[in-house]
Order: sequence, then structure tokens, then C-alpha cells
Amino acid sequence: MIHQPIHTLADAYRRGDLTPTAVAEAYLARIDALDRRVRAYLTIVREQALAAARESERRWRAGTPRGPLDGAPIALKDVLCTRGVRTTAGSKILDTFVPPYDATVVERLRAAGAVILGKTNLDEFAMGSSTEHSGFHPTRNPWDLTRVPGGSSGGSAAAVAAGMAAGGFGTDTGGSIRQPAAFCGVVGMKPTYGRVSRYGVVALASSLDQVGPFAQDVTDAAHLLGAVAGHDRRDATSIPAPVPDYAAELAKGVAGLTLGLPDEYFIDGMDPDVERAVRAAIEVLKGLGARVESVSLPTTRHALAAYYVILPAEASSNLARYDGVKFGLRVSAHDLVGMESRTRAAGFGAEVKRRIMLGTYALSAGYYDAYYGKAQSVRTLVRREFAAAFARVDLIVAPTTPNVAFKLGEKEDPLSMYLNDVFTIPGNLSGITGVSVPCGFSVSGLPIGLQILGRPLDEARVLRAAYAYEQATSWRGRRPDLP
Amino acid sequence: MIDRKDVEHVARLTRLALTEEELERMREQLNSILTHLDTLRGVDTEGVEPTAHAVDLVNVMREDEVEPCLPQDSMLANAPDRSGELFRVPRIIEE
Repeated sequence: MIHQPIHTLADAYRRGDLTPTAVAEAYLARIDALDRRVRAYLTIVREQALAAARESERRWRAGTPRGPLDGAPIALKDVLCTRGVRTTAGSKILDTFVPPYDATVVERLRAAGAVILGKTNLDEFAMGSSTEHSGFHPTRNPWDLTRVPGGSSGGSAAAVAAGMAAGGFGTDTGGSIRQPAAFCGVVGMKPTYGRVSRYGVVALASSLDQVGPFAQDVTDAAHLLGAVAGHDRRDATSIPAPVPDYAAELAKGVAGLTLGLPDEYFIDGMDPDVERAVRAAIEVLKGLGARVESVSLPTTRHALAAYYVILPAEASSNLARYDGVKFGLRVSAHDLVGMESRTRAAGFGAEVKRRIMLGTYALSAGYYDAYYGKAQSVRTLVRREFAAAFARVDLIVAPTTPNVAFKLGEKEDPLSMYLNDVFTIPGNLSGITGVSVPCGFSVSGLPIGLQILGRPLDEARVLRAAYAYEQATSWRGRRPDLP
Repeated sequence: MIDRKDVEHVARLTRLALTEEELERMREQLNSILTHLDTLRGVDTEGVEPTAHAVDLVNVMREDEVEPCLPQDSMLANAPDRSGELFRVPRIIEE
């Protein structure tokens, strides 16, 4: 029952071949056996998971399941607030924080009958691309334990890849779902900004953050997204648009669709295995009836710099709340400023401090226009270029990352780490949607991701193309070699 | 280029008590990152309005109605220090 997609589990529940309780027990046992080596989880909620599984079992027995996710064992990135369950954002400053409420996403997943297994590891406050910079411990890539799973949602990606969750959720601010999905050989989707509520999600950069699913296949991704998408009055940036039945649209195929191929996403220094796999994937899509056209996104080369102004600026403001007063760590001092400064120095890790400093500097008097104002204008150019491309093509296809998973400790220099997100960041700056779907392996046996980007709110078409590709290939049958 | 004084100033603004070693490393790393960010100066953004948000929603309004909210105790439960219904902090104003 491990490595079965959620829709297959639901079929087995319906037939009575499997029960949610037996599946939850199997997953918890596998976590016990395996997670000492992968370290995907920060918190396991065994009793809650079993109680939710028993409830689900009763519903399936009574013939009243709540839908395709009822009884699905899932993992949540530890930035999604869970009522009564510690939520750390991967930071020592929130080591003991127990939220008094559920994030909207969590509320909707519980209502759909999902069985939450636990909270997964991440780079502290989602700042990173490797899950090495968690305040607790690094997570390892199930395909090669000496390598990183990507990040920042590396824990959820690794859990799904290793069969320690049937599906999962993460957040994507600059690629933090798509990049670890590519590195771990699973499907990962960043919805349109505003498609999924951010209420109850620990904020990194509020104009970029978006919650989305990790899945073993595209069908599961459609179900997981469908369960959480939609307007939420508690998030003023949530879009009041109806949610299509994503799963029902999947089988429509790509015949007649036009795919845009951006030259700027095939750069010097990228891994030749990645380029080969992505170009082969595009040939597969052509074979299925899609047309391919070249598109130009020239501001791509400035997107990274714009992002590394906007993100630290927003983060420095969001993280001002961790001051040792209302929740989280406090380090005592005789005056308030001393208490705040010592608390933040003790509670935040090096990368978080670096970005808070950078963001505060970029927003400070005399530099605001040169950095923040300029970056916001470059952001407009990135949006315009995508809009112009999407006026001609239905979808854009590209690599998710320039390289496959790297070794732990390999990227010590912050800038070389930032370069990992060069193909995913433009999607966040422009607010569009995108998915990473497995499209092969490097010569060394590491997974490669194909990125499919779509117009705002065009998740159905993005998923449909990903599904067509997935069904035409056999990558999803490959699993990491873990006992 | 930012110098040691700038770094100390920003550390004060952000309420981060950094060690001597951290301040020095921060100066080096921030300069290296800022050198990269300075490539933005080469982009022609003359007349290009800034984007603060990717969604064209402004001023989302709702009725101002009283609704149930989380109980006070649950909001105080995570406080590092409290006094009755209050968050307790070190003295701010001298007697």
C-alpha cells in the first residue's frame, strides 16, 4: 500500500480491499523505520492520525466518504498552522509555538477527510533551496542520502518520494515546491497567487507566497489542489473565482495546444542531462499533438536580482513580529530593546539574519528607490513579458531547475544557492501558475523535473498537459531504492 | 559598498544583537550580494510602474460585523511571560 497514489487508495477503500486505518498504520511504521535516515519530519502526530483514520474508515464503511482525499495520509510543511500541534517554521524561535487555530488549508483538508501524519522539515522560515538550513536538522534526498532534497519544502517532497506520505503540502515563494519536487522525482504545483488561502501560513514574502501540493502523480495533484483552492474571506488577497473540477479536465489531452519554449531557460552551465531530458519531454508533447513555438522572456536574467530585493524586504517586515513578547522564544535582558535583540540573535539562523539585514537595508532611507522601487518595476517587466507570451501560446515549457540535486554542504556561498531558483522565481514574481512533473533521470540516477507554466488561474490546463505527458511516459513508476 | 558602520546601524534597526564575527561576515556577504543586486541598475525601467502585487485586487471590503473570535486565554497561552490578561515585558519607561 506504500507508493500507491491517493486515488488508488480511495478505489481500494471503496472496494473494501484496504482500510484507512491499516494504511495510516503502515505509513507510521514506515516513518519509524526510515525517517531516522531521511529526516523529513519535525513532528509526527501518531494518535491524531490514527483517530482521523478511524473516522475515515467509518465513513467508507457507511458509504459516505467525503471525497477522493478521505483517508489519504498526508504530510504538511511546518509553516501551516495546526491547532494544538507545534508549528515551528523550521526555526528555533518557534520551537515551542502551538497555534490556537488551523490554517484554512488545514481546515479544508480535515473537512475532506485527509489523515495528517505530521509536520515536515524546511529551511528556516522557508528561506533556502536545500532544507539544510532548518533550525533543527537537514533533510536528505531519498534517491541519494548524501544529497539535498531541495527546498524550502524539502521535508514534504522527501516524505512523498520515500513513501512516508501519500501526498503533501508545501509553500512556493520562489520555487520552494517545484524545485524540491524536481529534485525528489514527484509532482509539485505552485498555484496562481491568490488561488489558495494564505490564512494561517507563516509568512515569508506576502506578495509571493503560495500554498500547493506534492503528489505521486498528476491525478493526485489535481485532487489535492481542488480540496484547498478557492476564495477565503480571511485572506484579502485570495481570488474570488470559482474552482474548476481539475481532475475532470485531465484527460482532455494536449492536441491543438501551443507550447512556448523560452530560449532564456536554457543557459550556459546547466546540466546537459537536464537539457536533454527536458528537450526529449517536449518531443513527447509534440508527438501528442502539441505545437511548439519559441517565446522570448528577456527579463528572466534580472528576475533573480529583483527577487532578492523584494523577498528580503517583505521578509524583514514579516519577521519583525518575532520579538519575544506574544509567542516564541524569549531571551531575557534588563530592557525591552535588549530583550528583543538577544531573542532574535539567539532564535534566528544565519540565512534568516542575512535576509532580514538585506531587506532592512534595501528599505532604509536613501536606498528605497534604488533597490525596492527598481525591483518592483523589473517585476512589472517580468509580468508583461509573460502576458505577451501567453497571448501567443497556451503554456510555457522549461526545465524546473538548471541542475539535479546537489550534495549537502556543496553550496556554502549564498549566491550560488540562490541561483538554483533562477527558472522558478519568474513564476512567483508574475503570480502565474506552474507545475513540476518528473521527466527522467540524470546519468547518475537523479530525478529531473519538467516545468509547465500557465496563465493566472489556468491550473486546469497546466495539469492537463502534465497528465498527458505523465501518461505517455513511465517515470512515475520509478521509486528510490530504500528498504 | 556598505561599511562596518552601516552594518551596525542596520543590525540596530532590525533588533539583532550580532557578535563581532557575525558583523564582519555580514559586511562581506551583504557586499557580495549587493554587487549582484546592483545589476538591476542596468535595466531600463523608465516609465514602468512598479508591481507590488501580482493580483489586481484592491481594497477588499466587508461588513463590519461582530463575530466570534479566539478566546483570550488561547491567545495568551504561547506568551513567554504574562501577568493575568497581559503580556509582560521588561520595563520600558524608567520610574
